[in-house]
Amino acid sequence: MTYFLQNVVNALQWGSFYALIALGYSMVYSILMLFNFAHGDIFMVGAYIGFGVATLLVALSAGGAVVLPGWLILVLTLLISMFLTALLGMLVERVGYRPLRDAPRASAAITGLMIGIILETGNLWLVGARRVSFPSLIPTATYDLGGVILTNKKIMIVLVALAFMLALHFFVRRSKWGMAMRAMAVDYVVVPLMGVSINAVARLTFAIGSALAAVAGILFSIAYPVLDPYMGIVFGWKAFVAAILGGRGSIMGAALAGFLLGFIEIFVAMAFPSTLRDLIAYSIIMIILVFRPHGFFGEPYSTKLRL
Amino acid sequence: MMLEIDNLHVSYGKIRALHGVSLTVDAGEIVCVIGANGAGKSTMLRAVSRLVPAEKGGTMRFAGRNLLEYPPEKVVSQLGVSHVPEGRRLFGNLTVRENLLLAAFARRDHEAVARDLKRVYAIFPRLEERAGQKAGTLSGGEQQMLAIGRAFVSGRRLMLLDEPSMGLAPLLMMNVFAALTEINRSEGTAILLVEQNARLALQFASRGYVLENGHIVLSGDSRSLLHDENVQKAYLGG
Repeated sequence: MTYFLQNVVNALQWGSFYALIALGYSMVYSILMLFNFAHGDIFMVGAYIGFGVATLLVALSAGGAVVLPGWLILVLTLLISMFLTALLGMLVERVGYRPLRDAPRASAAITGLMIGIILETGNLWLVGARRVSFPSLIPTATYDLGGVILTNKKIMIVLVALAFMLALHFFVRRSKWGMAMRAMAVDYVVVPLMGVSINAVARLTFAIGSALAAVAGILFSIAYPVLDPYMGIVFGWKAFVAAILGGRGSIMGAALAGFLLGFIEIFVAMAFPSTLRDLIAYSIIMIILVFRPHGFFGEPYSTKLRL
Repeated sequence: MMLEIDNLHVSYGKIRALHGVSLTVDAGEIVCVIGANGAGKSTMLRAVSRLVPAEKGGTMRFAGRNLLEYPPEKVVSQLGVSHVPEGRRLFGNLTVRENLLLAAFARRDHEAVARDLKRVYAIFPRLEERAGQKAGTLSGGEQQMLAIGRAFVSGRRLMLLDEPSMGLAPLLMMNVFAALTEINRSEGTAILLVEQNARLALQFASRGYVLENGHIVLSGDSRSLLHDENVQKAYLGG
């Protein structure tokens, strides 16, 4: 029983990363009808930006220039990295995808892969091939609840991830920009007739998705502090699966599917040899998709998109 | 003249849909364009809204401004030209109220927006009853009311209406056109209407144009068009 609960805790943390990345995938997909295959690499860049910002702040603090407590460095790292990664996302949208808005979808997919390669290679060039270690910003506290081991970091990761998901949910449900995003997901051709700029909504969508990927990158770095330039690839693919599994246009769906993926992977690894983990985990997801091809909350949609 | 279109050409790929169309709408005026399916009526409205690009050589001016310099969202938000597209194209996943609020997206005059919403609900009480309902659940007539309501909120110096009678029962159609007449009178909104239902359009508008295969072949005041032999034969069922 404790073993089971321990794995639930681990799955919640693991799923938090998938869920946060899946949100960006899902938003871009539902609003612009394209998969941003560079999204996993944006997660990676977010983690590296976080590494850079945190390292800089730690150095400043150690040098005595400005003495900041660890938690404040963490908060600042998170906010600054979100901002910078959002700018990167907007650049990707502007340069990579906007010119292809009416192009065949395959062109956008290839562009996404290319952007991913540029980000990976650019990172190698800038940082070098060595792996880097994310500085430890807060001391780890461990709690033993009847055999289930919790750490303050695990709790924080899950809570921060959930808080951002809720914030996004309310933003999309309640705000005027969220309304424009929901409108664009069903019929982007008539959105300009409401006086709304499609480009502005697209830009915002990429900015938010990228900022959330940065959150995922930093939370991941706190749990697993070793970064490498290819860390985004596998995460990107898995979050892509979560976005599909959640259903087009469903934020809740993408988040839930992200957690579900975390649970399936962790529990498959509990029962089977870990080398088979992905094979078995994704077979289960394939079977789910056979019965729910539009995901949990997606509706079968028609492509009534041109005026 | 409020809207002046001169020598407008529009093509979709290699197929030319409009061959040098010229047309004007005066402030507060109701003008209709009649023509068969595929004559280019919708294309003309889309060109005015800047949803489709006009070819070089033609001009489009609205209230003295060069329309060709405006992106579609600014035609609405800065010039006050709204467009009710063919088939209504509501956002079915948003509520009735959200559809109206989205139409006010670019507006900063929040009190005036609130007043406009009240006006829309006064003109179409059904919409107020269904304010919290998803637009996708509305009946055809209610959808057309909401589409016009959105246009009312987004901009009403000129409304472009694409087949508002389509799919409506005669009584509902009359309601919709009565509401449009009221908007025209009370707000001074000019209306450019394209319709396959030529009789209805010519009764509603003061002037009309006949569009055939991308050419304006005839124009004049509605009464003379209603009595024109060719118009009667081609569009009024003899």
